[in-house]
Amino acid sequence: MSIHARRLSLLPALAVFSAAALAQTPAAVSGSAPATQAQIAALQQAVQNAQSAGDNAWMLTSAALVLLMTGPGLALFYGGLVRKKNILGTMMQSFAMMGLVTILWAICGYSLAFGHGNMFVGGFEHVFLRGVSLTPNPDYAATIPEQTYMVYQLMFAIITPALITGAFAERMKFSAMAVFLSLWSLFVYCPMAHMVWGVGGLLNATAGHIPSLDFAGGTVVHVTSGVSALVTCIYLGKRIGYPQTNMPPHSMVLSFIGACLLWVGWFGFNAGSALGASPLATSAFINTHFAAAAAALGWTVAEWIHNGKPTALGAISGCVAGLVAITPASGFVQPFSALLIGVVAGAFCSFMVFEVKSRLGYDDSLDAFGVHGAGGTLGALLTGLFATRAINAIYGNGVATGAIDGHWGQELHQLAGVGIAWGISIVGTLILLFVVDKVIGLRVTPEQESAGLDLSQHGEEGYDLNS
Amino acid sequence: MLKIEAVLQPSKLDAVKDALLEAGIEGMTILEARGHGRQKGHTEFYRGREYTVDLLPKVKIELVLHDDMKEKAIQAIIGAARTGRIGDGKIFVSRVDEAIRIRNDERGETAL
Repeated sequence: MSIHARRLSLLPALAVFSAAALAQTPAAVSGSAPATQAQIAALQQAVQNAQSAGDNAWMLTSAALVLLMTGPGLALFYGGLVRKKNILGTMMQSFAMMGLVTILWAICGYSLAFGHGNMFVGGFEHVFLRGVSLTPNPDYAATIPEQTYMVYQLMFAIITPALITGAFAERMKFSAMAVFLSLWSLFVYCPMAHMVWGVGGLLNATAGHIPSLDFAGGTVVHVTSGVSALVTCIYLGKRIGYPQTNMPPHSMVLSFIGACLLWVGWFGFNAGSALGASPLATSAFINTHFAAAAAALGWTVAEWIHNGKPTALGAISGCVAGLVAITPASGFVQPFSALLIGVVAGAFCSFMVFEVKSRLGYDDSLDAFGVHGAGGTLGALLTGLFATRAINAIYGNGVATGAIDGHWGQELHQLAGVGIAWGISIVGTLILLFVVDKVIGLRVTPEQESAGLDLSQHGEEGYDLNS
Repeated sequence: MLKIEAVLQPSKLDAVKDALLEAGIEGMTILEARGHGRQKGHTEFYRGREYTVDLLPKVKIELVLHDDMKEKAIQAIIGAARTGRIGDGKIFVSRVDEAIRIRNDERGETAL
């Protein structure tokens, strides 16, 4: 039930109380007024509690959905795309993020992203989650406990570094990956999240110097992870035998399951970014679904024309590309804009993967840059174009939101946000890669790479079907 | 004693097994194999690029039999497996020095 319906249904009750009070003698009226006031206050509190309950229920569900995107969504999606000897190694990379980032977030990550600090990064007011309680923090979400907000944001912090693992699949040491991505989440993710979503952030839509529209993390999650992925795969070098040796997915079945889990989980990622069980969440939910479907179609058609056959890999990659592109736009655009964004993203990302990657020769093994980096950049720019006050009057009632409303300046802000994301990703990632490489060494030895990550890094085999 | 090895299309396995049983041949070993002849395989797509897949799934049947069963076995296999198209497979015949039944130590032709 919407908040309006709830309030209207209480009017008869209030009317009865008021009528009863007025019918009393003057002496009795002043005697009963405080009781009526108390009852009204209690009713208002009940209404608030009901709204909070609805919002909190949806937000906790969304947090669970976003975690599902990492485990097992991304783990399966990436896992199926690598060769059999690397399946466990690949899944362990996502799983490691679930453990490590959680601890880092609790210790200082949340504070660095969402605490009060400066324009670029939060401070240390919330280290060890000090001050983060079950009461709402009106800076972020006034109707849910701050701990709900914190744990919801944690799931984003988990999946972002996990996405990068796609670029260096099949050739990075587990220890080096754990250290590198832990540092990355603190030094690249937290500042970017702060700039876009944190109080006082440079790119914050409501109060930043350069208000940039990023509803659920197009720049914060996808551009940063995608560009960092590109930097990493170039720094690390190609897999042995790439591109002459064919390295097809060992299980498109697993990847398919993973992609579908990503699609469903993304409802939590985007619609949950409405931070409540509101009509805006509905808009984001619909946009998410429409873009995924349109993009799957876009990539499939592009591939059908290009290669003569529509592959399953193309279809699922297309749907992920659409989901990536709609992420920044999901709470700002009309449904048919979402369809358009999806189709464009599907075609564009397929071009990035088919043509650009093979021409430039980098080994972005699982297309983390081609889908997330390129799709996120495209999505951020299309957001500036299609964001409308009809869906989200974020700058005020009647004030234009995006270009479609007449506010073409928004596109410049989007460019700034994208540029900052590219910049911090390139610089931060290069520094961290260099440091970790010098101290631990990033890449496995050629013998370990041939034997596979499962055996060399974990002493295990993914499948022992003859046992 | 002879050994007959036949490399076949996997889809022909059931027909060949039935034909061999009908011909009176009851013992056989079946292996899953990969390979190709002169035609080199088929193409697949991965990320928009065409790749040649030259290790095609095959099935291999091994039979060890009396010398006088040789033609019967070969005709049974060919009759069931031939389609006339590339990929039908090949049959190889070789000599076997010894055969032993593990259960009771029988040797020679009685062990077959």
